[in-house]
Amino acid sequence: MSHLYEKTASDLAGLLRSGKVSSVEITESVLSRIESLEPAVHSYVNVYPDLAVSMAKKADEDIRRGTAKALTGIPVAIKDNMCLEGRKTTCGSRILANFRPPFDASVVRLIKDERMVILGSANMDEFAMGSSTETSCWGPTHNPWDIERTPGGSSGGSAAAVACGQAIVSLGSDTGGSIRLPASFCGVTGMKPTYGAVSRFGLVAYASSLDQIGPFARDIRDMSLLLNLIYRHDSLDSTSVEIGHSDFTSLLDNSVSGMTLGLPIEFFCKLTNEDVQKNLLEARRIFEKQGVKFVDLSLPSLDYGIAAYYIIAPCEASSNLARYDGVKYGHRAEKFDNMIDMYCRTRAEGFGQEAKRRIMLGTYALSSGYYDAYYLKAAKIRTLITQDFKKAFESCDAILSPVAPAPAFKIGEKIDDPIEMYLTDVFTIPVNMAGLPGISCPAGFSRDGLPIGMQLISSHFQESKLVQLVSAFQRETDHHLKRPAI
Amino acid sequence: MEFESVIGLEVHAQLLTETKAFCSCTTKFGSAPNSNTCPICLGMPGSLPVLNKRALEFTVLMAIACNCEINEISRFARKNYYYPDLPKNYQISQYELPVAEHGWVDVDTSTGFKRIGITRIHMEEDAGKLIHDDRKPVSYVDLNRTGVPLIEIVSEPDMRSPEDAAAYLRSLHSILVYLGICDGNMEEGSFRCDANVSIRPKGQTYLGTKTELKNMNSFKNVQKGLQHEIERHENTLLGGGNLIQETRLFDPASGTTISMRSKEQAHDYRYFPDPDLLPLRVDLELIERMRKALPELACQKKERFVRDFGIPEYDAGVLTAERSLAEFFEKTVKIFPNPKSVSNWMMTEFMRFLKGSGTSIAYAPVQPSELGGLLSMMEKGAISGKIGKVVFEEMWKTGKDSNQIVEERGLIQVSDVTEITDMIRIILLDNPREVTRYLNGKTQLIAFFVGQTMKATRGRANPQIVNEILTDELEKLRINLVITET
Repeated sequence: MSHLYEKTASDLAGLLRSGKVSSVEITESVLSRIESLEPAVHSYVNVYPDLAVSMAKKADEDIRRGTAKALTGIPVAIKDNMCLEGRKTTCGSRILANFRPPFDASVVRLIKDERMVILGSANMDEFAMGSSTETSCWGPTHNPWDIERTPGGSSGGSAAAVACGQAIVSLGSDTGGSIRLPASFCGVTGMKPTYGAVSRFGLVAYASSLDQIGPFARDIRDMSLLLNLIYRHDSLDSTSVEIGHSDFTSLLDNSVSGMTLGLPIEFFCKLTNEDVQKNLLEARRIFEKQGVKFVDLSLPSLDYGIAAYYIIAPCEASSNLARYDGVKYGHRAEKFDNMIDMYCRTRAEGFGQEAKRRIMLGTYALSSGYYDAYYLKAAKIRTLITQDFKKAFESCDAILSPVAPAPAFKIGEKIDDPIEMYLTDVFTIPVNMAGLPGISCPAGFSRDGLPIGMQLISSHFQESKLVQLVSAFQRETDHHLKRPAI
Repeated sequence: MEFESVIGLEVHAQLLTETKAFCSCTTKFGSAPNSNTCPICLGMPGSLPVLNKRALEFTVLMAIACNCEINEISRFARKNYYYPDLPKNYQISQYELPVAEHGWVDVDTSTGFKRIGITRIHMEEDAGKLIHDDRKPVSYVDLNRTGVPLIEIVSEPDMRSPEDAAAYLRSLHSILVYLGICDGNMEEGSFRCDANVSIRPKGQTYLGTKTELKNMNSFKNVQKGLQHEIERHENTLLGGGNLIQETRLFDPASGTTISMRSKEQAHDYRYFPDPDLLPLRVDLELIERMRKALPELACQKKERFVRDFGIPEYDAGVLTAERSLAEFFEKTVKIFPNPKSVSNWMMTEFMRFLKGSGTSIAYAPVQPSELGGLLSMMEKGAISGKIGKVVFEEMWKTGKDSNQIVEERGLIQVSDVTEITDMIRIILLDNPREVTRYLNGKTQLIAFFVGQTMKATRGRANPQIVNEILTDELEKLRINLVITET
C-alpha cells in the first residue's frame, strides 16, 4: 500500500469525502515524512506540527458536517515570504529571522477559509533573490532527486517538499522564474499565473511589478484545484485584476487538437544541452500526435530580457527592502553609535550577499543622472518584450519553451558566479517582464535521471489554455508520476 | 543697486479625509501615540497600499479651484529616503505625472490683484512624528500621522515680495478651507509652507541663486523669514560675497535663518513609479462631479456680499476672509435682516472678543441666533447701543442670551417720556450755570446734559428720546428766560 503522503490532493480529497481516511491521518503521514527527510532535503524553514494537526482536526469536523470544500484537509506548504499571522515569516533572511506578521496574506486567508492544513513555511532564496535556494540564511534546500544538487529557486523549498511528499501541494512565488525553475528541477508542475490574477497582499515584496504567487503540485489536476482557490480579485491589492475564471479542473479532459504552439527561435538557438533538447523534441512529437500544430516565431527583444530584468527588479527591490532598518521590527544591530550607524550595521548584518548586491544595483540605477539610462531604458525594453509576445500570440495559442538551459546544477556550482546564476532564468524572465502566465511541467529526464521541465506560455489571463495543454500532455506521459527515490 | 526678489512657494495641505491615503485608519488628531495605525501605514512586510478615493476627489476639487489642467493619467512615485518617521523609508508621492498642472490663483495684494501661477498639485502621504526625550538620548516615533493624505501645491516663482507671498498663502488657505478639504491649522501642521527665494537687480530677467526656506509655521513667520532671507541675500551680494544654493531653517526666536544643508548634501530621492499602485485615471465624470460640488469661494462671496447686502467692500473682504466667519454673518442676517448692522457688530465687538479669546468661531459663546437676538432688541429700542455693548460682553462671558441678561440686570431701556422729562427737569434745575451757558450759545453742552441723564438712568434711557426732550426743555427755558427778561 502506498503512503498517504505519496497521493495526489484529488485522490486524498476523494478518500476524505468517502471517510476512508481523516485529514489528521494524512497530516501525520506528511509530518512524519517531513521529519524523516528534513535532515537531507531541508525544504522547510519552520514546520508547525501543532498548527497542522489542529487545522486537520477542524478540517475533519467540516468533512463530517458535510461542509468540506475541494481542498479541505489537504496539507500545504507556504513559501516563507507569505505572511502567516503570528508565525515567523522570514523570507530566508536574517533581518526577518524573528519577524511574526500580525496578519495573514490574502492567499493564506483563502487557504485557511478552504480549511487546508498549513504544514509550515518553505525555504527560499533570501527575499526570493536567487535560482537555487542557496541564498537562504537557513542554509540551502537539497534536490530530492540528487541531494548534491539544488532544487532551483527561489521557491526551492516549496518545489522540493511537493516532489518528495513533504507536502501534497504548495505555494511559491515567481519574480523571474522562481516557481517554474524549481518545478522543472524537482519534477513537479508549477505555474506563475498572469500578473494580477493572484493577490500579492501579504507577499513580502521583492520586485512588486514582477512578483506573482502561484501553485505547485504533482500533476495538473492538483495544480488546477489550488489555482481555482487562489485565482481571484482582492481589493487589498491595487494591481489585482477583477476577472473571473472557469473551474480549471473542468478543462482537464478537453482536447487540444487544433491548437497551435509557437517555438521562439531565440530560445531554441540558445539551447545547447542535449537532454533538454531531446525532451523538448519529444514533447513536440507528443503534442503533434494530439493534433497540435507548431509554428516557428521570433521574439527579437527577448535577448535583452535578462539585462532589463536586472535593472527593474533590483530598482524595485532597493526600495522595497529599505524598510528593514532595525527601527520597527526584525533584526537590529546590538551596538551602534547613532541612528545612521544603527541603519548601516543592522542592514550589513541582516542582509546576505545577494540581497546586498541587488540593493546596491538598484540604488545605483535609480540615482540622479542614471535613471534615464537604466530604469527608463529597461522599462522601454519591457514594453518591447510585451509587444513581441502580443504579436506572437496572434499566430499561436501558447509558446513552448525550455524552462532552464540545463537540469539541476550542483549546490555551490554557481553561487560565486552571479552572472552564470542569472543566466539560469533566461527562458523564464521574459514571461514576468510581460506579466504573462507560464507553466512548468515535467517533460522527461536527463541521462543522469534528473527531471527536465518544459515551459508553456500563453497570453494574459489565458491560464485555461495552459491547463488544457499540460493536461493533454500528462494524459500521454508518465514523467509527472515518477517520484525521487529518496 | 535696487534688487527685486523672486519667490515661489511649496505648500503642503493635509486633506480632511476621514481615513488615511492608502489604508482605512482614522486621521483623527490627538489620539494616543501609534493607536491610529495598521500594517499598511506601518509599512509592514507584505502590506500594500490602496488609494482612498476621497483624497483624489479633494485633490481634483483643489485643482479646479486653482484653474489647473487635470491630467487624465497621473502616477504615484516613490520618494526614497531613510528617516525613522517614514516606516517604509520611502514616501508615496507623485513626481513626473502629478494630478494637476498649469493653474493660477488671483491674489489680492496691497497693489491690487495679482495672478500667481500654479506649477502643479500632487498627492502624497504624510510622515510620522519623532518625539525626542530631553533628558535621555532616546527618540520616540508616533506614526498616527503616517499616511495621512497631503496635497502639495507648487507655485511659479511669481511673487516679488514677502507681502505677495503672504497674500498668496492666505488666498490658498482660504480656498482650501472654503472647499472644506483642509482645516488650515498652521500650528498643528495641517497647512505648511516652504519657500524658494532669490534676488536679482531690478529690471533683470535672469534668476539668482536660490535658497529654500523651511520651518515657517505662521503667516507672520513666512513674511518675516522671507524678509530676513532677502536682506541676507542683498547684504551678501552687496558685500561682494557669493550665495550658495542651500536649504535654510527659519528660527522664529531670533527671526533669522540658519543653513540646514547645501546642494551637495541634498538627498537623491531616487524617484521611480510606485509598482504597487496602478496609473491613476481621473475621468471626466469625476471632474464634472467635483465641478458641480465646488462651493462659492471667498472672492465670489465677497462680491455677492457687496452686491446683495450693500455692505462696504472692505467689510465684505474681512467677513469672507474665513468661510466660518462668512457663514456666521449669513446666518445672523437670516435672523436679523439688517446686513449693515450685523456687519458693523461683527467687525467691531464680535471680532474683538473672538480674537481676544483665541477660540474658533464654532465655539464662540455668542452664536448667530444670540447675536441676532441682541441686535433685534436694540432695533426695537428695548436697549440702547451702549447697553447693547455691555450686554454683549456679558453674553460672551456667561453664555446667557440677551433677554435673560437684560431682564436679570434691569437694563430695559427707559422710553417713558414723562419719566425722562421729570428726570431732565431735575437735572436742569440742578445745573443752572450750564443751562445759562447753553442758552448763551454753548450748544455743545447738550452732550453734558445727555451724559447726566444717562448717568441718572444708569444708561437705560433711550438716547434719542433723551435728546428730543432735552432740546424741548431747554428751548422752553429760553422762552421763560426771554419772558422773565422782558
